[in-house]
Amino acid sequence: MSALSSLFVREMKLATRVGGGALMGALFFLIVVTVVPFGVGPDLNLLARIGPAILWIGALLATLLSLDRLFQADRDDGGLDLILMGETPLELVVLVKCLAHWTATGLPLVIASPVLAIFMNMEPVAIGATTLTLAVGTPALTFVGAIGAALTVSLRRGGLLLAILVLPLTVPVMIFGVSAATAAVQEPVPFATPFSILAALGLFSMVLGPIAGAAALRFAGD
Amino acid sequence: MSTSVKRLIGRSLSLDRGGRRVLQDLSFEAVAGSALVVTGSNGAGKSTLLRLIAGLLRAVSGEITVDGGDPELSIPQQCHYFGHMDALKPQLSVEENLGFWRAFAGTPDDTVIEALDRVGLARLATLPAAYLSAGQRRRLAFARLLVTKRPIWLLDEPTSALDAASEARLLEIVGEHLAAGGLVVAATHLALPFERMDSLRLGPSVVEAA
Repeated sequence: MSALSSLFVREMKLATRVGGGALMGALFFLIVVTVVPFGVGPDLNLLARIGPAILWIGALLATLLSLDRLFQADRDDGGLDLILMGETPLELVVLVKCLAHWTATGLPLVIASPVLAIFMNMEPVAIGATTLTLAVGTPALTFVGAIGAALTVSLRRGGLLLAILVLPLTVPVMIFGVSAATAAVQEPVPFATPFSILAALGLFSMVLGPIAGAAALRFAGD
Repeated sequence: MSTSVKRLIGRSLSLDRGGRRVLQDLSFEAVAGSALVVTGSNGAGKSTLLRLIAGLLRAVSGEITVDGGDPELSIPQQCHYFGHMDALKPQLSVEENLGFWRAFAGTPDDTVIEALDRVGLARLATLPAAYLSAGQRRRLAFARLLVTKRPIWLLDEPTSALDAASEARLLEIVGEHLAAGGLVVAATHLALPFERMDSLRLGPSVVEAA
C-alpha cells in the first residue's frame, strides 16, 4: 500500500471510530436544518424559498465544526513532525487529508440533504439542484478550510479563529451554490452559469488549498 | 547498500528560540558505528539540536552536512526522529499504528510483527493504543524506527519511562543499529552504555565560552 493510500485509510478509520468527526458533522447539520422551521414558523412558501440557503448554511457550519482538528491532532501527538520530515510531498499529504475529511464529513451531508430538504417543503427539482450544488461545493469548503486549519494549527482553541479566517473566503462558494440551487426553480436565470462558477471555485480551491496549507504547516514548525 | 551515511557534520550552528540564543557557534561530528551522546542540563538545547538536525527548526547560521548517504534525499529524510511525543493514535490498535508509519515512511525494513516482537509488544498487537501504559507507548513509538530503514537515528531521552529490562532491550537494539554501520545522535542526562561513543556537552558554559 502506498504512503498516500495508507494515509487515506488511516484518516477514514480515525474519523469513523469513537471520537471521530464523521458523525458529528452530519448530526450538527441535522440539528441546524431541523431547528429552522420551528424558528421561521409554518409558512410553507417561505420555507421552500429559503430552503437551499438553509441547507447551504448548515453544510458550511458543519464542515467548519470538524476542520480545526484536521492538522492539530497530528501536531499534538508529534505525528506532524514525522510527516514534515518524510519523503511524501506535504502538498499531497494535505490533499489526501482533505479528501478523507470530505469523504468522512462532507459526503454524509450531501447524502442527508435530500431528506432534510423535505423538511423545508422544497420541490423535487430544487432538492436535486441543491444536492448537486452541495456535492460540487462542499469539497471547496473543505479545501479552503484546510488553509485556516493549517494557519491555526499551533493555537490552543483555534477553532473560533479558524472560523473567522475561513468564513469570508467561503462566501463566494456559498453565493454561487445558493444562486445555482435557486436558479433551477426560478425561470429567467440559467442554472448552468452559477453552477459552472461553483465548479470552477471547487477546482481552484483544490489546487490552492493544499499548496497554501502545506506552506502554512511548514511555517508552523518553527 | 552503498548509500550508508558515514558522517554527520554540523559546523558553527547558531539558533534562536523565542528571541533567546539557545545554540551558539556549535560544531559537532557524528561518525557511523559510534553514538554521539549529547548531554547537558535542562534547557541546554539538547532537544533543540536534535530538532535542528531533523529539519524541524531552522538555524540562524551554520550548516549541517552528511558524508555519504543518498544524494536524492535531504538529511531529515534519512533521519528517524524519536522525540518526546509518541505519534500514536489512541483509537487505532498497536499494529495499525505501526503499520501506518511503515507504509507511510517508505523503504520498509522489519515487518510489523517482527518489530513488535523485538520491543516485546507482539502479544498486544490488536489492543487499541489508548490502553497502553507510558512505557508500552514508548516502546511502540520506538518500534517505528525498526519498520523503516533510515541510517540516522535521532533519539531524544530514549530511555524515559522505560523499566530496566526494556531499557536494556532498547539499548541492545540501538547497539545493533550501530554495529550495522548506522549513525546515532542521542540526547540524554543519563549515562548510556554504548561500546563506542563520542560525547558532546551542551550547557550555559559552552554558550558563554563561545
